[in-house]
Amino acid sequence: MKINGARMVCESLAAEGVRVVFGLPGGAIMPLYDVLPEFPFRHILVRHEQGAAHMADAYGRASGDVGVCLATSGPGATNLVTGLCNAMMDCAPLVAITANVTSSSIGSDAFQEADITGITIPVTKHNFLVRHPKEIGPTIKDAFHLARTGRPGPVLVDIPKDVLQLEAEYTYPAKPNLPGYNPTTQPNALQVRKAARLIEEASRPVIIAGHGVIISQAWDELRELAEKHHIPVINTLLGLSGFPGDHQLFLGMPGMHGTAYACYASDQADLIIGVGNRFDDRATGKFSAFASRAKVIHIDIDPGDIGKNVAADVPIVADCKPALQALIREIGQCADHSGWLTQIDQWKEQFPLPKAPEDGSLSHRHVIDELWQATQGRAMIVTDVGQHQMFMAQEFPFLVPNSHFSSGGLGTMGFALPAAIGAHFARPDEPIWCCAGDGGFQMTSQELAVVSKYQLPIKIALFNNQYLGMVRQWQELFYNRNYVEVDLSGPPDFVKLADAYSIPAWRVDRPDEVSAAIQRAIAEPGPALIDFRIDPTENVFPMVLTGTPLADVIPYETKATNDASQPVRR
Amino acid sequence: MKHTLVATLDNNPFAFNRVISLFRARGFVIDSLTIGQTDVQDLMRLTVVVDGSKTAVEQVIKQLYKIVEVRKVSDLSDEQPVARELALVKVTSKPATRAEIMQLVDIYRARIVDVALASVMIEVTGDPEKIDSMVALLRGFGIKELVRTGVVAMVRGSSTREAASLKEVPAWA
Repeated sequence: MKINGARMVCESLAAEGVRVVFGLPGGAIMPLYDVLPEFPFRHILVRHEQGAAHMADAYGRASGDVGVCLATSGPGATNLVTGLCNAMMDCAPLVAITANVTSSSIGSDAFQEADITGITIPVTKHNFLVRHPKEIGPTIKDAFHLARTGRPGPVLVDIPKDVLQLEAEYTYPAKPNLPGYNPTTQPNALQVRKAARLIEEASRPVIIAGHGVIISQAWDELRELAEKHHIPVINTLLGLSGFPGDHQLFLGMPGMHGTAYACYASDQADLIIGVGNRFDDRATGKFSAFASRAKVIHIDIDPGDIGKNVAADVPIVADCKPALQALIREIGQCADHSGWLTQIDQWKEQFPLPKAPEDGSLSHRHVIDELWQATQGRAMIVTDVGQHQMFMAQEFPFLVPNSHFSSGGLGTMGFALPAAIGAHFARPDEPIWCCAGDGGFQMTSQELAVVSKYQLPIKIALFNNQYLGMVRQWQELFYNRNYVEVDLSGPPDFVKLADAYSIPAWRVDRPDEVSAAIQRAIAEPGPALIDFRIDPTENVFPMVLTGTPLADVIPYETKATNDASQPVRR
Repeated sequence: MKHTLVATLDNNPFAFNRVISLFRARGFVIDSLTIGQTDVQDLMRLTVVVDGSKTAVEQVIKQLYKIVEVRKVSDLSDEQPVARELALVKVTSKPATRAEIMQLVDIYRARIVDVALASVMIEVTGDPEKIDSMVALLRGFGIKELVRTGVVAMVRGSSTREAASLKEVPAWA
């Protein structure tokens, strides 16, 4: 039977088991929207295409399946770019379908034409331009396969309007046809044996577990390896929630704003076992000083990330889960680590995370502590980018695997609200908190309309310090307190903004009001927003200064790094 | 050190665009880059000479492999491959210098492919060093125009670096 290209797209999405798509219609993609209601998946109407991309990104991460977003040609498609780049950096499985102008107009600078396949080459895992409706089924099959396998990532499929309208015979292949794509998932046995010997011999080993553990759902294996052989575990930012945050062997996050003891452990270790991480510069500090005393085992599915920043003594190219399983089978008797674990416990005792202040000022830490108390660590936490993101990574022990979502690699301000929407649709029954600063929140706050219209039970904690806080902190520490263009004081009144979207909202100024406000938000059946007025002078510590080794971590803010005077507003 | 890499990739403009985009985005320095048809209709062969440390070149290879249309990448540097480049050089030539130019052409086993009143066009094939040396000598006569194709390379003996039907499992896996 012949059907048009638009129906083929929808049939293909249905064949992939898609339940929800995020998008916004426009001229070129109208043939697709025309037939959308005939199909069993839900469409969520966003207010800006960047929102659709972040929603699909977080849907993908939270569900472990592929998130889908739709956009029209030209500006609709270019608005996806930030979201695609974010998904690329953070390995989120995503398929973006864009329409383009009619085939005969391509290349003529037609109205709302953009070379979106050309534009997105560096920010997608792969992309396609479909030339004929008979290619639609096979292309979407390939796109989903690419997005969800290997190192997951965004794939864009661009379809000219006339291809959506043309009728042809529809087929959906059972298998992808990608002769040039064959990711290595199973570990090499010889490398596993070499790694096992290193682990057995090590006296000061530490595991640095990244996002790969979560993507390959290897949290049980990670825990087994750590517990069985008494190896402490560090989580990278995106690795958080891949290991129980309250575990005795857990050291938190390393790097720029990680815990001091994670920094010391990485520095003093004689063996670093990287699992599904990429030794990002924010996590390692100065590359040349990193792991100076350690041998390195690096497990990752992407060979390109092995040996890129940090040389690996034993590289293992594989999916984390089978690699960890093979390692667990192979490792025999390990050396005694009790001295090492005692040393780490001493560091934990000596350099605990800074405490929330008791001078009546409202700290990020007050809010995060109460959030944890209220949820007992059992909620999906979506963070934006900046100070609150780092405080959350430090202060909130994640207990549910894959419950922390943040923009790690790209550091996209504005990620949190649309990402919370996407994560909610992936796991609608779980409580969810969207945490954002006042700067990032304003970059995508138009998606409040989506939250309100669909009455999503997303609770928004706004860490409002009236500043681009992280930039202000850097100006304070590295630019001689020359505070330039970081002052966000004044409009908007976020309570009124929420009110404009019919979302209940309150303002909280004091630490003693936090708990009640959170309970009130949880009691709301639908969305709620709390405008937490955070002390504008609060800085994130510990801190490893750019280009310095982890050993030089500054655990606490001191007079030398900051005096208590109010920043000068400009 | 200079490394000569050959890659087999799908014959479409996207594949070529992705390769070029990769070199640009990751700041890999290219000495020369050539792309052309292989014996298999759907596959192109890319030859690229990059200058860098062994680790840097390994990174180039790994990143090339991540391109879906790239089937196979080989570093030929350790295999003493046959590496050839072609150059066309238009040289100023007066009756007084023509004989001398023709002598040079003979020595380098090059050819004169066009003669005009005040110039000759020389075609020379060989490894890049040979072309460098001939160009240096021709400079004395006055080079009016010069174009080089960039290197193409092939390993000696019966083994091939031709496209496999499936992406081969690279050595590090």
